[in-house]
Amino acid sequence: MKKVHPAVVSAQAFQVADLRPVERLFDDAEGKDRRDKALSRYPEKKGALLPMLAYAQERNGWISPENMEEIAEALDLTPAYVRSVATFYTMYAKRPVGKYWIQVCTCISCHVNRGEEVFEAFLEHTGTRAGEVSEDGKWTVIEAECLGACGFATAVQVNDQYFENVTPETVPEVLAKLEKGGSEE
Amino acid sequence: MGYPHSHELEVGTILSRHFGDPEARDLKTWLTYGGYEGLKKALDMDPAEITTVVKDSGLRGRGGAGFPTGLKWTFMPQEKKGPHYLCCNADESEPGAFKDREILRWVPHLLIEGCLIAARAIHAEHAYIYVRGEYFPFTNILNDAVVQAYEAGYIGEKILGSEWNCDLTVHIGAGAYIAGEETGLMSSLSGGRAEPKIKPPFPAQSGVFGSPTTVNNVETLAAVPMIVVNGSDWYRQWGTEKSPGTKLWCCSGNLVRPGNYELELGVSLKDVIYEVCGGAPNGKRIKAVIPGGSSTAMLTPDELDVPSTYEGLQEAGSSLGTASPIVLDEDVNIVQAMRRIADFYAHESCGQCVQCREGTSWVAQILKRIEIGEGRLSDLDTLYDLCEQLTGRTICVLADSVVFPLRSSLDKFRGEYEALIGGRA
Repeated sequence: MKKVHPAVVSAQAFQVADLRPVERLFDDAEGKDRRDKALSRYPEKKGALLPMLAYAQERNGWISPENMEEIAEALDLTPAYVRSVATFYTMYAKRPVGKYWIQVCTCISCHVNRGEEVFEAFLEHTGTRAGEVSEDGKWTVIEAECLGACGFATAVQVNDQYFENVTPETVPEVLAKLEKGGSEE
Repeated sequence: MGYPHSHELEVGTILSRHFGDPEARDLKTWLTYGGYEGLKKALDMDPAEITTVVKDSGLRGRGGAGFPTGLKWTFMPQEKKGPHYLCCNADESEPGAFKDREILRWVPHLLIEGCLIAARAIHAEHAYIYVRGEYFPFTNILNDAVVQAYEAGYIGEKILGSEWNCDLTVHIGAGAYIAGEETGLMSSLSGGRAEPKIKPPFPAQSGVFGSPTTVNNVETLAAVPMIVVNGSDWYRQWGTEKSPGTKLWCCSGNLVRPGNYELELGVSLKDVIYEVCGGAPNGKRIKAVIPGGSSTAMLTPDELDVPSTYEGLQEAGSSLGTASPIVLDEDVNIVQAMRRIADFYAHESCGQCVQCREGTSWVAQILKRIEIGEGRLSDLDTLYDLCEQLTGRTICVLADSVVFPLRSSLDKFRGEYEALIGGRA
C-alpha cells in the first residue's frame, strides 16, 4: 500500500494511464485510507471531490461512471453532480486512454516553435488519429492548451512527465525513451 | 537538466538564487541557506506588524493584476468569528507564464515559508496550495518538502514551539485555466466546477467554504520571507516607487535565450528582449511582442523602450501582467498567431456567461476563416464589434483577455489581415 501523508493526499500524480479492468475504489484499505485522509483536509465533504476523482484515475487509468457513483456516495453528492464536475476538467479521462497519454502543447509559444508539426509527428509515428487509443493500447495523442513550459517549446507531457524542447525530428527519440520506460530528467 | 541561462542584469537575490540547485529542495540544506528565518521572526511578531511590513515594502500581486499585497491582507476581518483560509494560487496557466513552476521546482520551502507567514498575518489556520494538474513533477517536489516541513515541526500544531497552529494542504487541479481566477480557484478547491463568482461578496468576506479567504500568487508569497527578514526598505532598493522589488520574467517565443530571469522592476522591456534574451534567433527581425502573457496587448518593436513597471506598460497601452513576454519574429503570421490565442480562450471559457462562451468561439472562427483565405473585409468590423461586446460584460475577465491582443493586432497589423482577405467585401 502506498503511504501518503495527509497534507499531500490531494496532490498525487494521477495520470497513470494503464489499461486494466476497473477496480472499485473504497473497498480495500488503500482506498479507505485515501478517502479518509482527503476528507480530513477540508471542512466540507465536497472538498474531497477533486482528490477522489484524481484517485480514481490514478488507480484505474480513467474515471468510469461506476467510480463516479462510488465517489458520489462517499461524499454525499449526486452522481450527476460528480459527473458535471468531472466533465468540466480536461485532465480527467472519461473514457480509457492509452498507456502513454501524450499531450502536445500547440499554444502560442509552442505554435511559433513548430508545435503543430510536433503534434503531427506524434500522430504519424504512433499511427493514430488525435484522441484515439492505438491498437496495441499504448498510445493516445492529443493537442493540449498551454502546459506552462513556454520557454522550453515545444513542450510535451506524457502521463506525469514533461519532455521539453521537442522538435518533429526528436519525436522518435521521445517515443523510444518511453518504450524503454525512461524519463527526461 | 541544469538551469538554462543567466544574465548580468539579473538580480537573482530573492526568488531565483537557488534555481538550478537540487540540494535547495532538502530541508537540511535549505536551513543552511537561511531558510525559515522569516517564519521564526514572524512568530515573534504581531500579525498586524507582519502585514505592515509587507504593506510598506510595496509588494504587489505577481499573478497579473498587481494589487498591493499588504493592502489585500488588511481586508481580512480583524476579529475572528470562524475559520480563515489562505489559498496560494499555483494554477499558473496564462500562455507565456512559467515562473511559478520554477519556484515549486527549485525552492519549495521558500513558498511554504511564505504561505505560513501570510497565514499568520491573516489569522488563517489552514493554507491550501492549489497547483495546476499538469505540474505533476513539480508537485511531487513540493509534496516532499511539505512532508519534511510537517515532520520537522514547521507546519502543524504549536509551530516551532509557539502557541500557533497552522495546517497546509497541497491540492491539484485538473486542467482548467479558469481555476487560476481567484473565485474560480475557490469554486474548484471546494469541490466544484472552476466557475468564477460575482464579487461582492469579496473573498475576504466570504471565500472558500464560505469563510474569509485571501488568495495570493506563488511568486508573491515567495517574496514574503525575505521581506520579513530584511525589512521593507531593503526590498525597496530594487524597482521603482510604485512597482518596487524584483520580478521573475518568463521569456518565450522566438528568442535566442528563452527562459526565466529575475530582474528589477523598471528595467527597459527592450533590454529584456534584446540584451537578456538575445533577440530573435537566426538574425530575424522581431515583428511583435506580447509583453505580459497572452492576454495583454501586442507591442511593435518600436514600442519596446518602456520601463517594465505596472504603470509603464499601462502607459504604453499594454500591461505587465505576469511579465511573460511572448516574442513573434518576422516569419510569424499575426492572424494565425492571434487565431491560436483565440482558440485558447474559446477552449478555456467556463461557459457561464453567454458573451464569453459564444463570443470567444466567434472570434476564433472568424480568425480561422480569414487565415484560410475565406475572410471578408466586413469580418474586421465584426471583430471590432466583438471587442466591444466582450469587454466588461462578464463575471470574470476571461472575455476581456482575448480582446487586448485581438484589438491591438487589428490596430497594428491590419495590413496582414487585409492581405489575407484580398479585397473581398
